[in-house]
Amino acid sequence: MKFSRLILANLFRKKARLLLTIGSFAVALFLFAFLSVVNDAFGRGADVAGADRLIVVNRTSIINTIPLSYRDQILRIPGVKAITHDNWFGGVYQDEKNFFPQFVIDPESQRQVYPELVVPDDQWNAFLKDRDGAIVGATTMKRFGWKIGDRIPIKTTLYGLAGTAWEFNIDGVYHGKDPKDDQTQFWFRWDAFEERVPERLKGQIGWYILRVDNPDDSVRIAKAIDAMFMNSPNETRTETESAFAAGWVKQFGNIKFLIVTIGTVVFFTLLLVTGNTMAISVRERTPEIGILKAIGFSDRAVLGFIVGESLVIALVGCIGLGLALLAVPVLSRAMAGMLPTLLISPKVLIYGVVAALAVGVASAILPGLGAMRMRVVDALRRV
Amino acid sequence: MARVDGSGASGSLIQVRELDKTYRRGSEDIHVLQGLNLDVDKGDFVAFMGPSGSGKTTLLNLLGGLDIPTRGSVTVAGDEITHMSRGKLTEWRARHVGFIFQMYNLIPVLTAFQNVELPLLLTRLNKTERRKHVETALAIVGLAERMHHFPRQLSGGQEQRVAIARAIVADPTFLLCDEPTGDLDRKSADEVMDLIQRLVKEYGKTVLMVTHDPLVARQANLTLHLDKGVLVRAGERGQGAIGGGA
Repeated sequence: MKFSRLILANLFRKKARLLLTIGSFAVALFLFAFLSVVNDAFGRGADVAGADRLIVVNRTSIINTIPLSYRDQILRIPGVKAITHDNWFGGVYQDEKNFFPQFVIDPESQRQVYPELVVPDDQWNAFLKDRDGAIVGATTMKRFGWKIGDRIPIKTTLYGLAGTAWEFNIDGVYHGKDPKDDQTQFWFRWDAFEERVPERLKGQIGWYILRVDNPDDSVRIAKAIDAMFMNSPNETRTETESAFAAGWVKQFGNIKFLIVTIGTVVFFTLLLVTGNTMAISVRERTPEIGILKAIGFSDRAVLGFIVGESLVIALVGCIGLGLALLAVPVLSRAMAGMLPTLLISPKVLIYGVVAALAVGVASAILPGLGAMRMRVVDALRRV
Repeated sequence: MARVDGSGASGSLIQVRELDKTYRRGSEDIHVLQGLNLDVDKGDFVAFMGPSGSGKTTLLNLLGGLDIPTRGSVTVAGDEITHMSRGKLTEWRARHVGFIFQMYNLIPVLTAFQNVELPLLLTRLNKTERRKHVETALAIVGLAERMHHFPRQLSGGQEQRVAIARAIVADPTFLLCDEPTGDLDRKSADEVMDLIQRLVKEYGKTVLMVTHDPLVARQANLTLHLDKGVLVRAGERGQGAIGGGA
């Protein structure tokens, strides 16, 4: 502690440089936190996927449908506990910018397969009685300021019905049990959908979601389903929900690789900037370092002062993580519908602090070792 | 009294024997010090003079453990320092040597108090004890009132007095002064020299000083002249001008 005054005094020697260096750390850490949050949001589907859920899609592509008649056959496979089905609606509310996912669901089986997305019973019963009813995620409700009872027009863009506005009554709101659960979805009833789509699409669903009794049986059940429909006009591909979610994210490109690459470049640049700053700072103080050594400060103590200064800069730069904590909810609101709720986890904050400290130490090592090895007579000669 | 013929008794505070220092510049060896002998007793005040490049500062660096000789030995208060490791030498300097430089070399971002306190940070003294020592040292140099001033707020003479306070605060075995008045006007130089005289006379300090200034050198008990790497006795206080043989 008695050396802390010396470390702090040296830090404040060039205030503008200190502020700029801290600013570099803060910006880099803010970016790190933001990229981590986005990465987390993209991978959220895989993270929150139920270990006991399987997804069955058309082997050709997810945009190809599967007959509803497969449902009962799948349900007969031993180990299958429940099954439901979804269709992608792809509608627009008022403006294309107002994106949020809409799914056609089977009201009878939805809650058996997604027990973590909770709808109060009275609201659910109202939904079951209302053919034009809809259940909406809490985030989307908040985003558009909707209330239960509102009538919402959604313009469809698919199924040969492009431009047609469908109107729905909001009968209820679902909440996820886990803060990470996606609360942006809009659900409406399969029977209402089937009634309005062209004849060729009747009895055709987008994909099945099923729950199994034992996750250990997932591979066996997936193989059994795909074998059952092999050589049929609609062959299937069955995979776990997490694999399906990961595959979905991959459609956007290798997001994780992109984010890790950007993050690495940012930290490497920060390392160069801070290393250069520390090198200049040490060079300017060469005679003073000589004096400290002359009066008895050891080489290690000198190294310690320089690393200490760099660590203080890094720690103060962690203010960037604090700014991210404030900014992420704002960004989350701005990106509502595009991505699930953005959440900054304690893990990200810890990684950020550790990364900052690592950069702090690394940037001070070379100038610090130079100062450590410097001979007193050489240092004093530079007065 | 200091001697340069190697005949000093083993009780001398500082004993230098057959000291050589050679620098290599390109393919050429430059012999800065050659077979130098010196004995300094406790309480001596010795001035070293000589032309630029004669090796005065090199000798001071060797005596202060800042540099290592090519050959020979330096023994201070029984410690042979020439074979000490770098770490040991650093510890030894902290205990035994007080440095006073021409350019004062204060840390500009620390106050006078904090500059003087620096050597004490290496001791086991607690904060209160350190404060007491620093205040005493600053009082000795007459700057107790300026302890919270930064170096930029002090005159050159005052800065050098703070540097002297820093040199004496840990009560070192001896003081090494490298041109302590070289950057000062005459009045400030006189004040600094009066202070060094007081340290010798009142506090019994041993002082070794390099200077170009004959007037400053005359205040030492003994002036030694470095010529072609060899020390010769130039004159003792009261014997008049520099000159004469060994």
